[in-house]
Amino acid sequence: MMDTKRTTFQNKWLPYVLLAPQLFITLIFFIWPAGQAVKSSFEREDPFGFSTVFVGLQHYARLMQDPNYLDSFLRTAVFAVAVTVISMLLGLLFAVAVDRLMRSARVYTTLLVWPYAVAPVVAGVLWFFLFNSSTGILPYYLSFFGIKWDHNLNGTHAMILIIIAAAWKQISYNFLFFLAGLQSVPHTLMEAAAIDGSGPIKRFFDISLPLLSPTTFFLFIVNVNYTMFDTFSIVDATTNGGPAQSTNILVYKVYQDGYLGLNLGSSSAQSVLLMLIVIVLIFVQFRFVERRVQY
Amino acid sequence: MASIDIESVGKVYTGNVRAVTDINLAIKDGEFIVLVGPSGCGKSTLLRMLAGLETISEGAVKIGARVVNQVEPADRDIAMVFQNYALYPHMTVRQNLEYGLKNRKTPKAEIDARVAEAARMLEITQYLDRKPRALSGGQRQRVAMGRAIVRKPSVFLFDEPLSNLDAKLRVSMRGEIKRLQRRLGTTSIYVTHDQLEAMTLADRLVVLNGGKIEQVGSPLEVYHTPASTFVASFIGSPAMNLVKAECQGDKLVIGPAMISLNGYAPTSGAVTVGMRAEDLRVVTGDKGMPFAVEYVEELGSQRLVHGVVGDQSLTIALSGETEIPANMRIDIDPAKLHFFAQADGKRISAADRSGAAADAPSPAPVA
Repeated sequence: MMDTKRTTFQNKWLPYVLLAPQLFITLIFFIWPAGQAVKSSFEREDPFGFSTVFVGLQHYARLMQDPNYLDSFLRTAVFAVAVTVISMLLGLLFAVAVDRLMRSARVYTTLLVWPYAVAPVVAGVLWFFLFNSSTGILPYYLSFFGIKWDHNLNGTHAMILIIIAAAWKQISYNFLFFLAGLQSVPHTLMEAAAIDGSGPIKRFFDISLPLLSPTTFFLFIVNVNYTMFDTFSIVDATTNGGPAQSTNILVYKVYQDGYLGLNLGSSSAQSVLLMLIVIVLIFVQFRFVERRVQY
Repeated sequence: MASIDIESVGKVYTGNVRAVTDINLAIKDGEFIVLVGPSGCGKSTLLRMLAGLETISEGAVKIGARVVNQVEPADRDIAMVFQNYALYPHMTVRQNLEYGLKNRKTPKAEIDARVAEAARMLEITQYLDRKPRALSGGQRQRVAMGRAIVRKPSVFLFDEPLSNLDAKLRVSMRGEIKRLQRRLGTTSIYVTHDQLEAMTLADRLVVLNGGKIEQVGSPLEVYHTPASTFVASFIGSPAMNLVKAECQGDKLVIGPAMISLNGYAPTSGAVTVGMRAEDLRVVTGDKGMPFAVEYVEELGSQRLVHGVVGDQSLTIALSGETEIPANMRIDIDPAKLHFFAQADGKRISAADRSGAAADAPSPAPVA
């Protein structure tokens, strides 16, 4: 289709030279480690690292029967769904609010994007302090409602803490995409719907939301990916997976079992499984997000 | 069905930008009114104020007997056709047509009947289950009209609905809109910048310029007795020739040329004289004005001859076969001259008929 505009190069090796740096980085930092992980997930290493034995699918089989691992799976699902839903709903809410603004929309946009610039570990620490059971301001207010907040002892509290910290950081990202999506809905559609007797709220659900569905689907995938992979530092900075494994999500468990527990085989198997989940998500995204446009 | 009264309506945007000034217009029930003018003349703003999409800064708009200034668009009993159609892209044609009726809690049987009727009228029945993106521009236009028709509103508002179509389709859709409006008898207000569209559709034309009404009248009134140089140059194609001239008694002096007025002189001194291209004719001998031909546009049925009298440009429309002589002289029946004041461009009429034109009855029977 773009044949007429395509420039063709006679040089055979130039394209490869231009691609080489990126390919090199991808190979060294992504493909090779991933390959190593896959390889070591089939092996067992002795405690001193002198010998490795091929054990086949043993690590995977054990994981499937390990209640700790299956628990972690469940916790990750709760965490991922909660973070995705909260951050997308709030992002959409803020986008709708800013979209309705005539003036100072830019100021709000700028302010709302700031949390995205905060490093995850800093976001984690911020919320850790806000929720600190002895000095934090939020437990102080919660105490008026009879809630004794302590995320060091209470697993539910700890989970809520990392959900809030992870969602807070992601709201900005969702907000930006939703705002762009809302602003690309033609204004006359809204006017036509207004004349058709549809109020502002009904217009949002009948017109804006369906037209946003490609954006929503894209963000859903991206957010689930984010919670599965990018939330390691939030957990590490706040709860360390505790108390009693209650916030030990898959990506943190890989680190804990492998790096702290030195169970490299099992850790590798876990990371391979995590990688498979993400590959499926990415596949779904590329397969459907491009095509499954609602209109 | 409803009449519309527009009383001293004006629009001022924030920052004191004035878009529309003191519009007064009484629209009768069932009338087809066309608002015409160049870009930025306030015609769309006026239409959007009628629709309720813009607030009315000054004056009052009545639809039927009710002042609608504070009434929501949905409750004004109007339907609007937009320039870009504004079809809901995620809904099928049927859903697009049904949407307004469903919002008004119309019974299902009634909705089906109305959709079927509108679809039949517009010949879109076979497309009812398609999405708008699977339709051509003309088909989308029909769906947009269908969405307006099914509501059975008192007033149709059209905001340049044909300007996104190609020339041929525009002509056929133009006829269809006119036919439909005649059949339904719904009061309609139509905005366009295309003077041909305005002439062919309107019962009455409203020519706007700079946010003010220049002239209101039937197409032929506006064509034959334009109220100002602006209207004269805007309505009619090719545009009316406007030249600077001077009335000296019973003679009209245009640069080096002079023509006899035979008692038609309405004034004396400097004037702007308007001459329709088709009213000018070629004469032989030494009558009329010397005309230096610059170039000729061949339209098949007509040839448009462009040239100068003195240093002022003129265009003459001649029938296709007319010979163009080497030393051309042109003349005009003095009764067909239009005189305008040079200061404000307003029409000067000996019998002062310009006032009478504005409130003549319409639609005028075409002889």
